Amino acid sequence: MKHTPFTSRMKMADIISANHSLLLVLPRLGIHLGFGEQSLQEVCNRYQIDVDFVLLIFNVYSFDNYLPAADTLASTNLEPLVPYLQSSHHYYLNERLPHIKRHLLNVATHAGDRYGTVLRQFFADYEHEVQDHFAYEEEHIFPLLQEGVHSSSNTGRQSLSASGHLSHNHSDLVDRLSDLTSIVLKYIPGDSLTEELNELVFGIMQLSSDLEKHALLEEKILIPYIGQVLKHPMP
Amino acid sequence: MKPKTNLLIVEPSDIIRAGIESLISDDQFALLAPLRDYPSDLPQRLARLQPDLLLLNPTLIPSPARMQLAALTQARPSMAIVALVYQYVEPQMLEGFKAVLDIREQGSHVAQKLRQCCQSDQESANESYELSDRETEVLLLVAQGCSSKEIADRLNISIHTVNTHRKNITHKTGIKSVAGLAVYAMLHNLIN
Repeated sequence: MKHTPFTSRMKMADIISANHSLLLVLPRLGIHLGFGEQSLQEVCNRYQIDVDFVLLIFNVYSFDNYLPAADTLASTNLEPLVPYLQSSHHYYLNERLPHIKRHLLNVATHAGDRYGTVLRQFFADYEHEVQDHFAYEEEHIFPLLQEGVHSSSNTGRQSLSASGHLSHNHSDLVDRLSDLTSIVLKYIPGDSLTEELNELVFGIMQLSSDLEKHALLEEKILIPYIGQVLKHPMP
Repeated sequence: MKPKTNLLIVEPSDIIRAGIESLISDDQFALLAPLRDYPSDLPQRLARLQPDLLLLNPTLIPSPARMQLAALTQARPSMAIVALVYQYVEPQMLEGFKAVLDIREQGSHVAQKLRQCCQSDQESANESYELSDRETEVLLLVAQGCSSKEIADRLNISIHTVNTHRKNITHKTGIKSVAGLAVYAMLHNLIN
């Protein structure tokens, strides 16, 4: 679905009230609350962040299937993208997953042996997969951009195969989380654990939608951008 | 020939309403007298008017929207509620809707999209979510980490058939990943 995306002249506070899940994105951009009546443009000036880049992130996170038009993308400075993705990785690994894990372990402890063991095992496997996935990207994909600046045709081919790898893995990361939601909702007996189960499910769903946007940024914006930089190295 | 879909539009703008009415054909839809606003007795009216499809501008719904939508569904469970959207609407507001019709939708797709919203409901009503014996067999092998090719060889069926079973399993259980299917199998005492 398409809506009218946000613009740089809108008040920052209005944007956040329109989509409060952007609150979770702000720290990753290095922006903090306390905007007063400032517009997005003014806030970005204050923090010395590229407003087009912030708009790109806000719109991707707020509108289903939003993708900037090719010319908008070409005129946007995408240098902050890799640092942003890295700080997202850090946020998922050090804040979201531990939060989910805390509630999951609590549920596992109270749900009886059979459910407990299965849940713990599933989540431990998932954590490993996420860690491996992020480590792979940070070691093999993100540096391509640096290399691209001093381009060689070898890295171009590498990036092509890398992009296939990326998109394949993302869908599994998101699928497994939605599976975990299904399992918790349908099969874990919830009679004594309402609060914990709710926290767990909200936590998973929030991470899940965040990861979907993250995957979109990597697959639809980062990878094509790497391809472009490798073809036409920056001066 | 399929019966006509009773359509009720709740939308203040005459322009938008007339536009939608002109895009859908008379032999597929029966138009109920449209409403310009969201009346407080809408649930009761639904029970009387019996629409199959309610096309509703979400900005008209009085707060709390989720409760209102729940009351509408309760009044007429077989009806699909579709949001009619032409401005920014908070994503949470759209959660209770079956589907969203954006007015920027291509004109030729509108009727088809609306019809689909009703059909899938009727189909899912008489669909079984129990796994068949064959699907359970396939599930067990998937959960043990077998590839589709290995499963095809073991059960002496084509890969194509295995993939169809896998698709049905995912559709019925709502679980996509191998790890998730393994958990499903364990919780259903199919494996240890």
